Amino acid sequence: MSLRRPAKDQPESFEFNTSSLEAANVIVAKYPEGKQQSAVMALLYIAQKQNNNWIPLAAMKYIAKFLDMPYIKVYEVATFYTMYNLAPVGKYFVQVCTTTPCMIRGANKLVEACKEKISENEYELSNDKSCSWMEVECLGACVNAPMMQINDDYYEDLDKQKTLDILDKILNGETPKPGSYRGRVNNEPENNRKTLMDLKNA
Amino acid sequence: MLKDQDRIFQNLYNDKGSDVSSSQERGDWVNTKEITDKGRDWIINEIKESQLRGRGGAGFPTGLKWSFAPKEVGSRPHYLVINGDESEPGTCKDRDILRFEPHKLIEGCLIASYAVQAHVCYIYIRGEYFVDGQKLQAAIDEAYEKKLLGKNAAGTGWDLDIYIHYGAGAYICGEETALLESIEGKKGQPRLKPPFPALIGLYGCPTIINNVETIAVVPTILRRGGKWFASLGREKNTGTKIFCISGNVNTPCNVEEEMNIPLKELIEVHAGGVIGGWDNLQAVIPGGSSMPLIPKEKCETLTMDFDSLMAEKSGLGTAGIVVINKDQDIIKCMARIARFYKHESCGQCTPCREGSGWMWRMLERMAKGEATKDEVDMLGDVTNQIAGHTICAFGEGSSWPVQGLLRHFKKEIEKRNNLDPIVQKKNNIPYLVDQHLLDKKNA
Repeated sequence: MSLRRPAKDQPESFEFNTSSLEAANVIVAKYPEGKQQSAVMALLYIAQKQNNNWIPLAAMKYIAKFLDMPYIKVYEVATFYTMYNLAPVGKYFVQVCTTTPCMIRGANKLVEACKEKISENEYELSNDKSCSWMEVECLGACVNAPMMQINDDYYEDLDKQKTLDILDKILNGETPKPGSYRGRVNNEPENNRKTLMDLKNA
Repeated sequence: MLKDQDRIFQNLYNDKGSDVSSSQERGDWVNTKEITDKGRDWIINEIKESQLRGRGGAGFPTGLKWSFAPKEVGSRPHYLVINGDESEPGTCKDRDILRFEPHKLIEGCLIASYAVQAHVCYIYIRGEYFVDGQKLQAAIDEAYEKKLLGKNAAGTGWDLDIYIHYGAGAYICGEETALLESIEGKKGQPRLKPPFPALIGLYGCPTIINNVETIAVVPTILRRGGKWFASLGREKNTGTKIFCISGNVNTPCNVEEEMNIPLKELIEVHAGGVIGGWDNLQAVIPGGSSMPLIPKEKCETLTMDFDSLMAEKSGLGTAGIVVINKDQDIIKCMARIARFYKHESCGQCTPCREGSGWMWRMLERMAKGEATKDEVDMLGDVTNQIAGHTICAFGEGSSWPVQGLLRHFKKEIEKRNNLDPIVQKKNNIPYLVDQHLLDKKNA
């Protein structure tokens, strides 16, 4: 189990803005009548997006009212799932996969790069408060190891130098191009493709 | 090697684009109506004849699973749920289906929904795959536009709505009942079985849950016939499978191959060989992190299917092959996997919640050579206290890799850890400390 605690400094109140409200209503409509609780996960995402990448307790209370469910149930969900950030993580949230398939291909070098560029410790904001990093469990891009995720995008086939370059870019406020950083096409064997050659050459 | 025309996922590397028209060129959505016109029983029988087994890890026969759905729809509607919560370390096959072959999946959803009489289908995608989920959403929107979904979907006379539900970083939600809890908006903690979801599942209604890859191969099987699918591979282990080969290989990749393919061929031909040569191979995890590893000697002759791996006391699982060469510390690798399981335990059953942390801490110490001699057997004991004593299969999943390590690399552990507990040296070893005290803040 992972242990997660909400941040100490919490804003007083939270409310969906118009576009969030619209998105929330679309999501609630996906589920059968009376089962609106199903939308809680998606609504927490919306709150997280609106509130600069993290979810304050006030947002959980707001969502509980919105979906007509007990606050504790929302709190349970928000603390159970690890992708809900309960404390500020900055505009760019870097997640480095360090599970075995990435580890044996050198994920520790990526962690070193994050320590050099962003902050000494995980969950710690960089000096300009724009960025933080953490080690995460398998992100499901094992054949592109080592890799990391920044906000929604995957950055694959990395090494230390490439990671440093990417981190430089985000610290300058740019969004680097996602995908493979060794120039390979998706998940095909690099320069060693033996299958579906007709399609490749077509 | 499998012939190219027998590969189901022609667009695995996105050579052609994933929109409706290019999917139609590959044969998707061409005669969906003809398939459904043959009736439910024909569809289920054809799938049974193909001997398709679930691609999510457990390998349960798909046709059989579908036949568990009630024959008549009663007062409660039926649901189809697609499990795309692919989180098993070493596995990344569903991601490619979601982003490059979405129409195979959507058409499969329509046919499967028709077969089990569901009008609503939820596709559960892990939250990290947000971008790939957006691509699937775009494909779903396009399908609605072309009248392939919605009322009278694709002219079949069957109404179907497909919704995507994103997870939020919980491995356990790949377990089918935890996934249902998650869709219901609760913590993803598995339910006791029985009752099985086929009778009491999502919102208490009959629910059929299948893996993404399982559903995506269904339309092709029905077009080309169950016999064709059954002719690939071997008895009870038929068809093709996407293998993900990662770790210490020269060209890690996803590749679709026939079941029962030799492991050595997969590694040498498709993955470009082990880094440092075949002799540098140490061990292979054959089916995602929860399957026990296989040492090099056995890799020479091993074939990749459900039953032959079972005979080696391992399993095909999700077919995520992790190759570990001799440059790696095998105990450290397994300690990292144990940390994964410690992190991902849902906390519902005590043996798993506490035991996964014990295994991790013991393995970390063993990797450093700080464990005592008798702890090696104690570790085996701990794994036996977890496996089989939990609500879901996570208990097995977390203890099997450790048992595999003990089975094949016990000498290595004992060589490194020969501390004698009788000799009272002042070694500062944190025995059985409450794991929360060792946890980092907000971990």
